[in-house]
Amino acid sequence: MTSLHNRHIKPLILAGLTGDNWGLEEYVKRGGYASLKRILTEGMTSDQVIAEVKASTLRGRGGAGFPSGLKWSFMPKNYAGQKYLICNSDEGEPGTFKDRDILRYNPHAVIEGMAIAAYAMGVSVGYNYIHGEIFAEYDRFEEALEQARAAGFLGDRILGSEYSFQLHAFHGFGAYICGEETALLESLEGKKGQPRFKPPFPASYGLYGKPTTINNTETFAAVPFIFQVGGEAYAALGKPNNGGTKIFSVSGDVERPGNYEIPLGTPFAELLELAGGVRGGKKLKAVIPGGSSVPVVKGDLMMATDMDYDSIAKAGSMLGSGAVIVMDETRCMVKALLRLSYFYFEESCGQCTPCREGTGWLYRMVHRIENGQGRIEDLDMLNSIADNIQGRTICALGDAAAMPVRAMIQQFREEFVYHIEHKHCLVPAYI
Amino acid sequence: MLLSEQTYKRIDREVAKFPPDQKQSAVMAALQIAQDETRWLPPEVMQDVADYLGMPAIAVQEVATFYNMYNTKPVGKFKISVCTNLPCQLSGGEKAAHYLKHKLGIDYRQTTADDQFTLVEGECMGACGDAPVMLVNNKRMCSFMSDEKIDALVEELKK
Repeated sequence: MTSLHNRHIKPLILAGLTGDNWGLEEYVKRGGYASLKRILTEGMTSDQVIAEVKASTLRGRGGAGFPSGLKWSFMPKNYAGQKYLICNSDEGEPGTFKDRDILRYNPHAVIEGMAIAAYAMGVSVGYNYIHGEIFAEYDRFEEALEQARAAGFLGDRILGSEYSFQLHAFHGFGAYICGEETALLESLEGKKGQPRFKPPFPASYGLYGKPTTINNTETFAAVPFIFQVGGEAYAALGKPNNGGTKIFSVSGDVERPGNYEIPLGTPFAELLELAGGVRGGKKLKAVIPGGSSVPVVKGDLMMATDMDYDSIAKAGSMLGSGAVIVMDETRCMVKALLRLSYFYFEESCGQCTPCREGTGWLYRMVHRIENGQGRIEDLDMLNSIADNIQGRTICALGDAAAMPVRAMIQQFREEFVYHIEHKHCLVPAYI
Repeated sequence: MLLSEQTYKRIDREVAKFPPDQKQSAVMAALQIAQDETRWLPPEVMQDVADYLGMPAIAVQEVATFYNMYNTKPVGKFKISVCTNLPCQLSGGEKAAHYLKHKLGIDYRQTTADDQFTLVEGECMGACGDAPVMLVNNKRMCSFMSDEKIDALVEELKK
């Protein structure tokens, strides 16, 4: 329901969805699989397909924002052995709930996008790693795969061409860390999801040690539309270097939490309006614009910021996965940080000491500030612990735990000081 | 062979997704499928899965204890996970958890005396727009859980 409304702006992936029309027949009626068909019948070369994706300026929708066409071009061309393509649907970043809706309402867009990507990179086997908590969507995706195989869009010699692609569904079972691509690979190999050192990058040493490309669900879902409208036209929907539309998951203190697909570069104020504004007509206090890992931004600055990778970076944060967590004037930032810190403490995989130990320190210190036992020197110590985690771990979970702490203390220091001095909240309301 | 024929058949379908020398890739699904039958994963079930997939039992245990949706201790007939992460918290997640705890008379990681309900605090379920969100036995997601909907859910499960 969170995506099934008409408050999108120029939507592609979420356009015309009713909740019932996710099946193959309806997808084809909406123009689905036409891009794959055209690529195969026109005999577009791998380079031509990748060039079109580069022209679209599509950037990874999972969090890092890396140019997708460039990523695809890293795959070795003349590798003789098996190569793999993986879709990362392990969506567990607090605030993010777009991939779930893509999988249940438009799963064939992901399948078609993966088939095109696999063709471009010469890959014959793929997996979609789906977050364990959304089991109904895993079942739905399995069903969609069956439909696509039966219709000849997946499997051996697709649509009578020389090209074959086998795609399978895989599920996680409750580990945030598996959204990190190398942890995901370990998990796919049937192991604990502990990230690998990079380099080597997955394009040279991925699943079972073979060249592998991993993209987010929304990234793949955008691919068929790039070929429908053309790479340059797709890019023109957004801003230079920030092409196309993006699905933003808006949660927290808004009247209508939900997914909103809008062109990159749309002002935040417009997005907030689509979501019905701040709940109860209250004043906007703060926004976490890209999932719980990114730095918080004060409301006033956010109201003057556009929703694209570069503008949000200029505001001191990151677009991340496009999860927009909105907080109104009654929210206590110490309490908000407490819950965030607990999450990273709980989800640290335990491999690197700075993260395993540091996330526990962060949580326990914020906990004591929230509960009236904080000391003023704790604020410097929190920053020092964050410094000692960030950049000193194998993967980015350590950074993800450290960034919110530093930003919260920097942006709302007076609230933390008040908490320590008065042993209770500066803001009166119950969160 | 501890598990039912049906369960092994389901596991076989998962094994078929991977290269013949990579059966271990099916362990995530195999444990999930086994848990459907046995409710939790005692050491003998892990051993059985290990034997079936041809991997060391310790490697299976590592997986079962790493991912938090596997039940490595006994749980009630219905395990309810409540999300209280920040986005859910802002939309009543904590309040819903409090209400459910009170209603069942148990805290997190506890099971009711009649062995019907176990309550756990889940981490982000990727459904923040539907907050408050709860999961029943890992697979059934319940959205917008007001007090009335929690009452109705508990009533339904008790039947």
